[in-house]
Amino acid sequence: MPEILELKRTATQVRRDIVRMVHQCKSGHPGGSLGCADFLTALYFEIMKLDTNFKMDGIGEDLFFLSNGHISPVFYSVLARRGYFDIKELGTFRHLNSRLQGHPTTHEGLPGIRVASGSLGQGISVAVGAALAKKMNADERWVFALTGDGELQEGQNWEAILYAGAKKVDNLIVAVDWNDCQIDGTTQEVCDLGDLEAKFKAFGWEVLKMNGNVVDDVLFTITEAQLKSKKGKPIVILMKTQMGFG
Amino acid sequence: MSIHDITFTEKKDTRSGFGVGIFEAGQQNENVVALCADLVGSLKLEKFIEHFPTRFIQTGIAEANMIGMAAGLTIGGKIPVATTFANFGTGRVYDQIRQSVAYSDKNVKICCSHAGLTLGEDGATHQILEDIGLMKMLPNMTVVVPADYNQTRLATKAIIERHGPTYLRFGRPVWPIFTPSEDATFEIGKAQVLAEGIDVTIIACGHLVWNAVLAAQELEKQGISVELINMHTIKPLDIDAILKSASKTKCIVTAEEHQRNGGLGDSVAQVLIQHMPIPQEYVAVNDSFGESGTPDQLLEKYGLMPQNIIEAAKKAIARK
Repeated sequence: MPEILELKRTATQVRRDIVRMVHQCKSGHPGGSLGCADFLTALYFEIMKLDTNFKMDGIGEDLFFLSNGHISPVFYSVLARRGYFDIKELGTFRHLNSRLQGHPTTHEGLPGIRVASGSLGQGISVAVGAALAKKMNADERWVFALTGDGELQEGQNWEAILYAGAKKVDNLIVAVDWNDCQIDGTTQEVCDLGDLEAKFKAFGWEVLKMNGNVVDDVLFTITEAQLKSKKGKPIVILMKTQMGFG
Repeated sequence: MSIHDITFTEKKDTRSGFGVGIFEAGQQNENVVALCADLVGSLKLEKFIEHFPTRFIQTGIAEANMIGMAAGLTIGGKIPVATTFANFGTGRVYDQIRQSVAYSDKNVKICCSHAGLTLGEDGATHQILEDIGLMKMLPNMTVVVPADYNQTRLATKAIIERHGPTYLRFGRPVWPIFTPSEDATFEIGKAQVLAEGIDVTIIACGHLVWNAVLAAQELEKQGISVELINMHTIKPLDIDAILKSASKTKCIVTAEEHQRNGGLGDSVAQVLIQHMPIPQEYVAVNDSFGESGTPDQLLEKYGLMPQNIIEAAKKAIARK
């Protein structure tokens, strides 16, 4: 399947970008960025209906929200490669006067970014709000979000997860970057997330699993998520990834 | 207008002004969406919900998620009005407001009742006295503190019509209605001069504007001429109005139902320090939490009554 080969090639290019960006400024978070390169490439180059002539309201488009803002390098690379802004701008990452801040922001007007993230645990709430707006606008497109696994230790996530399940926000697809790593150790050591599948199910979500570093699996599972959506339940994809993959 | 012409015929709570204001804004603009964290009755949202049920979001007791959802709603072109008590809508969710609303420049209106001491019996856990400071420190944020029912109604409509993150602060008790009800009488960022005078300027916001009216009337009886300014917008601050009055009276009293630290008084002091250093006296809560009691008992104990404003005015004049 040529399109899969093409996606894999793009993901490899994204990985090159990530390593260059983090190396040139000697700061940033390459591990989680590399682990999510396949997922974001599949989303932006295959799955999402989008307009690279960026409009904040995204009406009639699919929307994506990055909650774990520290993996900004992969987000910036995918946006640039997809045509939201000039690839050369990736070289300004984390520099003074750059639109590519350490963590993503709307403040500098970078096309493709719809909300600031970095302080963890806020992205699912924002995605739920955007999904509600789509319903109010009779907009049939989807809202996607990505959150870290360690990030699920933030309580606000569970407010949002409870709300989305209770109120049937079923045009929302959230992926959890399940790499088991956080700053102070493994998630098991730091504060074990336990049975995430059972937890999401108990909150009224449809749960899917995939290997986030196998492009075929990523494409298949996100498509499955779209098919299972709009039936009364929000969807979560527990996405096994390897930090630094590729 | 003479200070003695200011009077009232009726008392109502400012939160009821908000309830009418958001209903009218909802009629005018179909993008207005209300959110509430389990306090519909306290926020007087019943009429809005009755008329626009599909534009109301009951979030449950989850204020952090409410602020995040409000930020997300703006992306689809909605004008979300997130409502709860002032303590839970500002301090509790400061980082959510900072990142998802203010830094992201989202058109979210955070409209909060039960600010300050005058919510009364619930006590200090609910009596936030730091919210003006918290909100005004955030870049991009507009902060409005209307004085009575009429002004809260007008301010609600005005902040919804104007783009940008905004905090609207109002309260629980019934309070004299003395400002006009016509739309044209309220403009964000434009102070309302309630009376002109030459001996002292009193600048107040929120419930304390009425106490300042009473104080000014008493001072006038004692032969002291008062210029009274209702500073309903804390940010952006009407610097011109402050300096114009200060250049005439040469001393200022600020009055607010808030901590001294970080409130209206500090905003005014910044202006005076930079442009026109003259004596200023604060009427505000002095680095203390509140407690249970009736509104009047609390205003008395914490030094926010007309008598406190009168004493502060005399002190300021003596320091000229």
